[in-house]
Amino acid sequence: MEALKEELKNKIIEQLNLEDVSVDEIADSDPLFGEGLGLDSIDALELIVMLDKDYGIKLSDPKEGKKIFESIETMATYITANSSK
Amino acid sequence: MKKVFINGCGVISAQNTFDNSKFLEEVITYNDRVIPVINPVYKDYISGGAARRMALGVKMGVVASNIAMKEAQLENVDAIITGTGMGCLIDSEKFLSKLIDNKEEFLTPTSFIQSTHNTVGGQIALGIQCKGYNFTYVHSGASFESALLDAQLQLTLGEEENILVGGVDENAPHTVKIHQLIGFVKEENTDTSSLLESNTSGAIFGEGAGFFMLSTKQQESSYAQVIAVETLNTLSKENLENKIVAFLEENGSNVSEIDAVVLGNNGDVDFDGYYNLLSEGIFANTQQVYYKHLSGEYNTASSFAFWLGGKILKTQSIPEVVKLNQKKTSALKTILLYNQYRGENHSFTLLKQC
Repeated sequence: MEALKEELKNKIIEQLNLEDVSVDEIADSDPLFGEGLGLDSIDALELIVMLDKDYGIKLSDPKEGKKIFESIETMATYITANSSK
Repeated sequence: MKKVFINGCGVISAQNTFDNSKFLEEVITYNDRVIPVINPVYKDYISGGAARRMALGVKMGVVASNIAMKEAQLENVDAIITGTGMGCLIDSEKFLSKLIDNKEEFLTPTSFIQSTHNTVGGQIALGIQCKGYNFTYVHSGASFESALLDAQLQLTLGEEENILVGGVDENAPHTVKIHQLIGFVKEENTDTSSLLESNTSGAIFGEGAGFFMLSTKQQESSYAQVIAVETLNTLSKENLENKIVAFLEENGSNVSEIDAVVLGNNGDVDFDGYYNLLSEGIFANTQQVYYKHLSGEYNTASSFAFWLGGKILKTQSIPEVVKLNQKKTSALKTILLYNQYRGENHSFTLLKQC
């Protein structure tokens, strides 16, 4: 789980071009959207594609995304439970 | 008919041109086939959040326009008109590569959104919240002049007072490779300081952004007056001199009135003949200026010439590094810019001291 969290942080920084952010600066429980990392709706689409491509998870209900992408912690928990890869 | 003045410039190129207090004081020479721009510190102009989705071309355009507006002391404009020959290539390549690599699945939106040709104009407008006319011309080597012509027409007719007009093009690896394969880029590394003596085919490719604040009102920061712009998609060498003479006559001028002619020689032995015809013909006794050994060749490289012409008229000086010959001129009042790319998309731009 810890390795997955680290992997997610690296992927988010790289894929969303968060040049000024380092892995150490993202706490597992930090909100990804809004006041935390400040991600927006376009980033949400990037994260949905990342879940599909890298972990084989297709989000059928967009409302699910709100809970899954709340933080690194929630993402890692969901991927561990649902990944097909 | 209202007059059109260049009241502010912002140019990012392979030279240190974004600092308007300097005029080619320290020139960088390259020994290459493709040359990059000297980047300003983008974070000084664009927030990290906004910049993270911008590729180089968008960043260059946004910052160049910011510098031009600041110099003209304007915080907003009536219209934004952009010229780009190739558009936002970096994101286009990124998007298309992902399309192929992922077998048309897993397509992410960012590079697609940023890949359209009008991204630069759109991002400038978003940054300054300009809801006015916003247009992007994609006309190969005459893209910048097409944008300039649109701005000039709107300003002279009194439809707008302040228009931001610019040209921007960025290099991207796959496109450069294709242009190398078809011989548009020189086969060997070439020293930019002796570009015109290379005697080889192709050009040294470059990239850059040049944005200008054009206004109907002259002010202290004004560089020059834009008298006329004309573009011609095709033009034979035989007709070139006649066309220029006619262009000058239409605009109340003539060859003997031109104090300097800025030519777009790029060292391509196959197409520099157009320029040589003029430098050895009707402009043999005129001060000749060239610049593509400083900027490299790209579809909107003529925006560098527009800046150079304006700067020469404002400072009443011509840096030695751009002189193609040595002719004494008592004053620099009228400058003609001539450009073409691979024998097509010819443009004439007439500037006057103000």
